[in-house]
Amino acid sequence: MIGTCLRASAVAALIVATSWSSARPSLAGDADDSWREIANNAFNGRPLADGSGLITLEMPARAEDAAVVPATMRTNLPVGDTRTLRSLTLVIDENPSPVAATFNVGPGVTMISTRVRVNSHTKVHAVAELSDDRLYVVDTYVKASGGCSAPMANSAEENATKIGQMQFRQFTKTAEPANAPREAQIMVRHPNNSGLQRDQVTLYYIPLFIVRQLRVWQGDQLVLEMDGGISISENPNIRFSYAPNGASTFRTEAIDTDGHVFKGEWPVEPAT
Amino acid sequence: MGRKICCDANWASGADETRQMSSLGSRPLRSAAVIPLFIGLLLGTTATPTYSQEVIEPLSVEQIASGIYVHSGEIALMSAANEGAIANVGFVIGDKGVAVIDTGGSVREGRRLLAAIHQITDKPILYVINTHGHPDHVFGNAVFQPPTVFVGSHNLPREMAERGPYYLNSFRSAMGALLDEVKIVPPSVTVDDQMQLDLGHRKLTLTAWRASHSDSDLTVFDESSGVLFAGDLVFLRHIPVLDGSLRGWLKTIDELAKLPAKSVVPGHGPASAPWPAAIDSERDYLERLQSDCLDLIKRGIPLAAASQLAAASEKSHWELFDEYNARNATAAYSELEWE
Repeated sequence: MIGTCLRASAVAALIVATSWSSARPSLAGDADDSWREIANNAFNGRPLADGSGLITLEMPARAEDAAVVPATMRTNLPVGDTRTLRSLTLVIDENPSPVAATFNVGPGVTMISTRVRVNSHTKVHAVAELSDDRLYVVDTYVKASGGCSAPMANSAEENATKIGQMQFRQFTKTAEPANAPREAQIMVRHPNNSGLQRDQVTLYYIPLFIVRQLRVWQGDQLVLEMDGGISISENPNIRFSYAPNGASTFRTEAIDTDGHVFKGEWPVEPAT
Repeated sequence: MGRKICCDANWASGADETRQMSSLGSRPLRSAAVIPLFIGLLLGTTATPTYSQEVIEPLSVEQIASGIYVHSGEIALMSAANEGAIANVGFVIGDKGVAVIDTGGSVREGRRLLAAIHQITDKPILYVINTHGHPDHVFGNAVFQPPTVFVGSHNLPREMAERGPYYLNSFRSAMGALLDEVKIVPPSVTVDDQMQLDLGHRKLTLTAWRASHSDSDLTVFDESSGVLFAGDLVFLRHIPVLDGSLRGWLKTIDELAKLPAKSVVPGHGPASAPWPAAIDSERDYLERLQSDCLDLIKRGIPLAAASQLAAASEKSHWELFDEYNARNATAAYSELEWE
């Protein structure tokens, strides 16, 4: 089952496993060939500059649970750098569909954290587009296995009745001005079936069934838009920073591959 | 050495720890006799003639009550070196026949369990009862053949169907060729709520539980001796492993504690321990995990950081803590953050 899931050679994994320090542009080797091919396709051949010192990608070196691996991307621009973030793309090189998600962001977003499936030992890239129209890349290495084809979490039946349920959390920081950056989290109940999990009774693969788009607005202003792939974990969960714009509500909308549309509206909580 | 081959099923993997048989209770049975088994008869077409030459050393088992025998597994991760024999497995003998409770982590362990049974009784094996679907409890199932009847929770067939092939794949690097003979054998008789099995002047009460340690937990209670086979609803020494529902497990523990049992056979730990005192350490751990996760969620600490913090204070109380605690915390946090 995992065999069907692997897309690059085992040699590639071995090469990168021997020594790799994070946040470094590509070296020569098979893994980098596969990355170049992915990057070419995903970014239409646009050049990727070294993003060290501008963006960061945090993931555990060894996943505790390959089906739920936290990944956090941040901009880390030098003081006085006026560039802003437009989008972040998370690429899990050795996953069957490497582009995990692309996040287009509104004003003030500098951090996005989500949870992904990781199918094998793999390099993971974060690619940021900044307001200078250029792409910047950093990477890290994660040891995990079987995340994409791993069976759904337990109590799956119970959760199936709750598909589309949303929660929205706003995190408060004390003693900060009302316009200081804040963090919020959107959670959507959804099995996010990768299409690679197999029903062993029928021997058919469980069909692809994922949240393909998730959007968050502050008032009428788009804060975050995720185009998601099969690598996003069950019950998609995104935590992000944003700049408060004075609106009184957040709106959220999720659309899945079966065309279901789930919506939520949430009053803005004071920053106390 | 693939110590942690599969993060989604890490009651695999090969830790090297070995442990002497605990000598609680009566003397361990360990005969020098070897029992060559004609595996071709047992395994049908998968067998090759070389197996008939194989020397099977019976599993060491302790008699923990009259007619009840238990092999206490190593506190370790499954590996080729330990033949997957990390869980407690046992059998109960009645007038009419035998019920086997869990079959171990490999066909080889299952075969050694069968040899241990044959050393003690020639009564027929009426039932194989699986306490849940994890590999260290069911990978020996293929050793037992009709007319033996397999019994498990009503959730077990689905869980085995969904996860069995995944387990076979992901345990390959830790177990190697020992997996070649393993087959996923689901129960033909399932327990919705409760069921009694009569072994002849010996009634076993089987109870299926809500999602707790796993989705398919089942206990076996022998009224005549007061022995409760708890499967992995009870861990001792080995850190509890959460693969079902933390809330459910805590609720189940409260109900289990009220059972009129005298002693428990935990899924991992000594062959038996006094009941209900044996539940205390596990309850402490799970309650700590729950309260820490709730607090971390409330404070807005993200999952990645929380998984390293939750229940960290429990470390000194458990073996295999580093192998499982962060994973438990990840599961608990993911469950509780929806409340």
